Amino acid sequence: MLDRSFLTSDLFLLTLTVGLYCLGGLVYRRVRVPLLHPVLLTFVAVIVFLKCTDIDYPRYQQATGALNFALGLSVVALGYLLYEQVERLRGSLLPVGAATLAGCVVGVLSVVYIAMAFGAERQILNSIAPKSVTVPIAVSVAGPLGGNVSVTSVVVFCVGIFGSIFGEWILRKCGVRDPEARGFALGAAAHGIGTARAIEIGAVEGALSGLAMALMGLATALLMPLMERHLY
Amino acid sequence: MTGLFFILFFWLLGNALSLLTGGYVSGNIIGMILLFASLCLHWVKPETVRPAAKFLLGAMALFFVPYGVGLMDSYRVILENLWAILVSGIVSTILVLLVAGKTFQSLNRRARLRHIKQLRHDA
Repeated sequence: MLDRSFLTSDLFLLTLTVGLYCLGGLVYRRVRVPLLHPVLLTFVAVIVFLKCTDIDYPRYQQATGALNFALGLSVVALGYLLYEQVERLRGSLLPVGAATLAGCVVGVLSVVYIAMAFGAERQILNSIAPKSVTVPIAVSVAGPLGGNVSVTSVVVFCVGIFGSIFGEWILRKCGVRDPEARGFALGAAAHGIGTARAIEIGAVEGALSGLAMALMGLATALLMPLMERHLY
Repeated sequence: MTGLFFILFFWLLGNALSLLTGGYVSGNIIGMILLFASLCLHWVKPETVRPAAKFLLGAMALFFVPYGVGLMDSYRVILENLWAILVSGIVSTILVLLVAGKTFQSLNRRARLRHIKQLRHDA
């Protein structure tokens, strides 16, 4: 007889999460609607399951500690991605460096000041400030500053989806036609999800987008604590 | 396996440095920089780290599912600040797109023009 302790076991919740993630991927490949991103589908499916079985979030978080540990590992692994991308960069140091710095500072300060104008509290500001960088880095930056990491991951994710859907159109409307600049902008604004879109557009766009994602992550990780202390 | 060891080792080293420097930057980010630096300095061969790194990077989206599920507890915070988050998120994303794209494009074009001038000068 399958009792409650089976449903709440670490192994069951972990298997369920990975299984739903794979299923989400399958559904996404079938329908190809950007809003039905496999990760969003997994969020919703897991939440529905937990609500139905009345398992609380702390229990789930404890059960999936292995995934959290792996997320920490993958931040370190981003160092490899950075190396791979920087190898390709040689010779265009100025545009890459300037665009990264400008994107990072504008990204953090604009989101913070606008949210501040709406009267958001500091915890919210710190949660959404790293919204342009890849989730593992955003979470590692927001967490120590007292942000709510679950808000961070959801907002960062939605920003990525927004950027990947509208990014290309916005760039075209505003006269950014250089394929390298378009790829770079997609990666800078919409991290991994923007990069996935850029790879679909073309190889040049994809490569620059990956580079932008890695550098934005690095720049934000280093500069955000400074900006947090001095600029808002 | 050696690749996984290096990743773990740099994370550990990063944590130690983070503690020593008062937690200004979190340990795994310092670990990322250390791994990057060791690859650049050829202390660690890229082939050694590649399999483990590729696996971790490929499955990264799965690893943050538990954070997203935290929405079941934190959705109230988001709803209370819905407008702040929605407007700032959208406007700021458009700004980043334009600032990064325009900056890159203008500098890139200048770099190319300079290159052409140089070629003409040489000829």
